[in-house]
Amino acid sequence: MKARKFDPKKDYPLAQQRTDLVKTLSGIEFSEITLDHVVSGKIHPQDIRIGPETLGFQARVAEAHGRPQLAANFRRAAELTRIPDEEVLRIYNALRPHQATRETLIQMASDLEKKYGAKLNAAFIREAARVYQKRGIFDKTDQATERRGDG
Amino acid sequence: MGKHGDAMRSKRFELLAQRDVNKDTCIHEWAEVGLINTDSPLDPKPSLVVKDGVVKEMDGKKRKDFDIIDHFIIHHTLNLKQAKKAMQEDSLKLARMILDIHVPRKEIIELFSGLTPAKMLEVVNCLDTVEMMMALHKMHARKTPANQAHVTNRRENPVLLAADAAEAAIRGFAEEETTVAVPRSAAMNALAILVGSQTGRPGVLTQCSVEESLNLKLGMLGLTTYSETLSVYGTESTFRDGDDTPWSKAFLASAYASRGTKIRFTSGTGSEVLMGNAEGRSMLYLEIRCLMCTKGAGAQGVQNGSISCIALPLSLPGGGKTVLAENLVAALLDLEVASGNDAMSSHSEMRKTGKLMTQLLPGTDFITSGYSSMPRYDNLFGGGSFDSAEYDDWLVLQRDFLVSGGVLPVQETHVVEVRRKGAKALQALFKELGFPPIEDHEVEAATYAYNSSEMPERNRVEDLKASERILTDNITGAEIALALKKQGYPELAQRILEMQRQRVAGDHLQTSAIFDENFHVLSAVNDLNDYRGPGTGFRLEGELKQRITDLPQAKFPKTLAPVPPDELKMLIEEKGEAVIGADKREVVIALGPAFGTLLTETIIGLPHDQVLREILRGVEEEGVKPRLVKIYETADCAFIGYRAAHLSGSGIALGIQSKGTAVITQKDLPPLNNLELLSQASNLTLETYYAFGKNAARYAKGDPPAPVPTIIDNMARLKHIVKTTLMHMKESELANPKIPPQELEVRFVSEE
Repeated sequence: MKARKFDPKKDYPLAQQRTDLVKTLSGIEFSEITLDHVVSGKIHPQDIRIGPETLGFQARVAEAHGRPQLAANFRRAAELTRIPDEEVLRIYNALRPHQATRETLIQMASDLEKKYGAKLNAAFIREAARVYQKRGIFDKTDQATERRGDG
Repeated sequence: MGKHGDAMRSKRFELLAQRDVNKDTCIHEWAEVGLINTDSPLDPKPSLVVKDGVVKEMDGKKRKDFDIIDHFIIHHTLNLKQAKKAMQEDSLKLARMILDIHVPRKEIIELFSGLTPAKMLEVVNCLDTVEMMMALHKMHARKTPANQAHVTNRRENPVLLAADAAEAAIRGFAEEETTVAVPRSAAMNALAILVGSQTGRPGVLTQCSVEESLNLKLGMLGLTTYSETLSVYGTESTFRDGDDTPWSKAFLASAYASRGTKIRFTSGTGSEVLMGNAEGRSMLYLEIRCLMCTKGAGAQGVQNGSISCIALPLSLPGGGKTVLAENLVAALLDLEVASGNDAMSSHSEMRKTGKLMTQLLPGTDFITSGYSSMPRYDNLFGGGSFDSAEYDDWLVLQRDFLVSGGVLPVQETHVVEVRRKGAKALQALFKELGFPPIEDHEVEAATYAYNSSEMPERNRVEDLKASERILTDNITGAEIALALKKQGYPELAQRILEMQRQRVAGDHLQTSAIFDENFHVLSAVNDLNDYRGPGTGFRLEGELKQRITDLPQAKFPKTLAPVPPDELKMLIEEKGEAVIGADKREVVIALGPAFGTLLTETIIGLPHDQVLREILRGVEEEGVKPRLVKIYETADCAFIGYRAAHLSGSGIALGIQSKGTAVITQKDLPPLNNLELLSQASNLTLETYYAFGKNAARYAKGDPPAPVPTIIDNMARLKHIVKTTLMHMKESELANPKIPPQELEVRFVSEE
């Protein structure tokens, strides 16, 4: 039977309505994620990770409920699913104030695009670079870094 | 001040100075540095100039002067399609739209997406506090309110963490947050509350508040399911001092989502001025900029309401209102709101509660950003405006106003059971993972402990090593499930695995998401606030109402009603209708309908026979003759006395109700006037009744005495009102207007 088309207005929550569409990053079906399969070793614990398609569906749900920014976030996230943890953290750190030169950021954007096809994140980083340039965020200064406590 | 003013202090003012509320700091506004809640003279006036789709000016600032926050808001938050219409509207009209039940929430969200920060400020400044509460009631995102718990202890004892997390889960918290004293504990603490929370109630979301890369790692491993450490700021320089930019934070938000972790941002009034970079803007204006960054970054929500800076806005005029306004603006931006009430806001219990009501009554997505589920002694967040000692106060408030503050009543036996279960599960898990063993006596201590000082010593060094091993060995949530299954905890294993599955489906990444005990997500997608005036939106009803009103301490009123004893200490015989006496030296003593028969004790348990004996003794000692009658026509004390006075040869009567309230009156007085009244029966002793009998006799002799001293106990009515009601019901049962007063003969059964 052919899969029913995804309806972002009706198919939420996916875990209840559309388990047929949910797959892990490594392509395992949602219904396959069971304790027995973990016990038997059929599924590796590291495999239980959200996949880009699922984030894409969640983006459509967000959009259909009037939340374009949330949708954009999920679409950027979808691209990041394939990028290793260390690299994600490296980009984050480079985006912090005075942590990278303009060239480094631009290079990172191109790498993301080439290596992972992460167009949205590349554009996002380039946009940041343009604003950082205007505001002098690239220059290193020794600012105090007293951070607000978290509640 | 009088000329002796310097030397003398009013005793009342001396006491006022020591009140808890006067330990709070109270300051005047200082706008230039940003010590002002709203309406700083330096706050910009709303404006927006757009040319060919490019914003040339916003809030009085030209494009070339835009700072990083302006740029971000223009790139990602401001909806230019709505802006033209929205910016032209009169702010007062926009404010009124929020409160208009005919304008749906959705329409407001859409239109308000076109407002600049200064315009948003102008709109919310049109509302007063009650209007803001109404507005929050309508605008908060998820229909069903929830709450978040803090679970920490100062010794970072994992056994206690697991037990506390289990208890918090059955108490109804939808999210639990822990943190660390030492960053190396992060993984262990996250693990302990994961195991504990899922033991208590499947589906509770958990997090461990630590530095971002570590935090992200915990999420990647599936040891946590959400994070709210992402702070944003309202001025560029504060952002830089916070070592972030809106872009870095937005990127981080996507990073978390890419690993299936729910996030919310953190902001709140006061942080900018605290960090010395407020640029003379009002705290609320800067917070609105934070919220617009949050929205633009694509975060589903925010914890705000000043959070850790709460004492700063509250030191200034309008603090409570401003903090409420923050929550409201977040809701107007369609963000999930975890509405503060976590950090200590005041020394005064009254003030804390007053502030709480502005979120508890309207309802928010999370009423607190962290209710201290353990004693504040153990709260590593340094806060705990409300803690485990105040659970019952919180529960009673919910019951009083029929609202849900996300906390449920529990039975002690259930709490003890689930705490032990959580601790034992962790014990089993440690065994399987080869972590430092948890002994049985530690499990027992965690089950019953008040705080961490009562926990047996653990080897901290070894615990920290184990904690680090979780990270180096990449022990995931699924592996935890596996280990628990091996140790004979299949149900708990299933729950923890289900949490991992949900991270794959990502439904909990949508706005305002929580899980119920069946792992069914509840969010602003499938449980959207649909408030449209009376009869709509969240109403406390059905099963939840039943649970919230059914407090363990609630008694069935029937069980409180007094029961007559088997043996009577006094025999009362009715001798026919009472007549008007001729003896000028008599006092009529009139008993209420149930006195000595259906009821045999006063409200505080003084036996009726002894009370009556004392009255009679008092009257007789004055050489006056007491005459006993029973009044049936009324159960009311004043009317018992009034009726009796008209039977008395002296015109003086002493009336007494079964609960012990007594009156002395005279026939010339109107029914509700009297010579003396003992209104607070709960404070009376046998001696008082004796004195009262004596006084009645003195009035009869025409020798007016000094009234029996009044005793004031302000708590008496509070303590006894339910029993009073029940006793009065019995008295009224026997009252019958058709039965005239009866002459009585009373015989006391001797004690031996």
